[in-house]
Amino acid sequence: MIARLRSFGAFWYDFVIGDDWRGGLAVAAALVLTAVLAHDLGVNAWWLMPACVLAALGWSLRKATKGKA
Amino acid sequence: MNALPLFLTVFVACLVEAVEALTIVLAAGLTREWRSTFQGMAAALIVLAGVTAGLGPALALIPLSALRLVVGALLAAFGLQWLRKAILRFSGYKDRHDEASAYAREVAAARAAEGGGRGGVNDWYAFTLSFKGVLLEGLEVVFIAITFGDSQGDLGAAALAAAAAVVVVTVVGVAVRAPLARVPENTMKFAVGIMLTAFGTFWGAEGAGVRWPGGDAALLVLVPAIGLVSLGYGLALRQSRAAAAAASRAAPVSPALARTAAPPEDAVR
Repeated sequence: MIARLRSFGAFWYDFVIGDDWRGGLAVAAALVLTAVLAHDLGVNAWWLMPACVLAALGWSLRKATKGKA
Repeated sequence: MNALPLFLTVFVACLVEAVEALTIVLAAGLTREWRSTFQGMAAALIVLAGVTAGLGPALALIPLSALRLVVGALLAAFGLQWLRKAILRFSGYKDRHDEASAYAREVAAARAAEGGGRGGVNDWYAFTLSFKGVLLEGLEVVFIAITFGDSQGDLGAAALAAAAAVVVVTVVGVAVRAPLARVPENTMKFAVGIMLTAFGTFWGAEGAGVRWPGGDAALLVLVPAIGLVSLGYGLALRQSRAAAAAASRAAPVSPALARTAAPPEDAVR
């Protein structure tokens, strides 16, 4: 039963997050920060999410290609 | 927002997934047995219909801002995956997806696998290969169509786009009876990755409480901006890879290595 649950979770992790967790982490962190800025501090931080997503993409690509040619 | 970008994004994304599913179905059907392959395909389609019937109405019950937050997060993470792979393929760090070689691999595996049936299925290998291929690729189709359709309040257009893509690939696949290797899959995946990331970013931020300058028109800036930065990453990686390859070709051989590689003087004489 536990093995089945684990493989079910692994399937969805692979489906949404894939090879690199950095993208998922950056998206989650950016959304939390955007919500805090918008709701608690009244800052309309529309620029935060695109900036974080593009930075995460660059970070992930750098990790994937470092030391390879 | 106009339904055309929604329709085109879902159509192209589903076209790519359908082409990949077709390759697996053809490999199973042509090398093993068509009846079991169709049984596997039908079983996968029934599961997909169940997922769609359950997930679609369930998502419609969630308030729009919460839905956009969740769907935006999922789409952005999902889109980043597509974009990352597309850029790595574009820059040469990852092999390009090639339906002809994917088909050859599946055929070799199908020929090597043992036969044998279970229940009403004559060839269990063909059944499971077809079932898994259609289910996995189909889940991506369902995920993209439902998230796009629900967030945009136009599930009908998204479903129509997904169905149109599947019908086009099925008709062409039946006519050609070979993997659709000429479909520019890598370019299409790059474009879809950009769209998924841009829409996910847009809806996610909106769900988190942001008001985009210009409203929906912000997408007209966001999509090209993400596209240009991604292309920039791809070109930079391609250039650095070429420079590293040129440097390794031009690197002088160390004297110690040259001595061991060179034939002894006696041999030359």
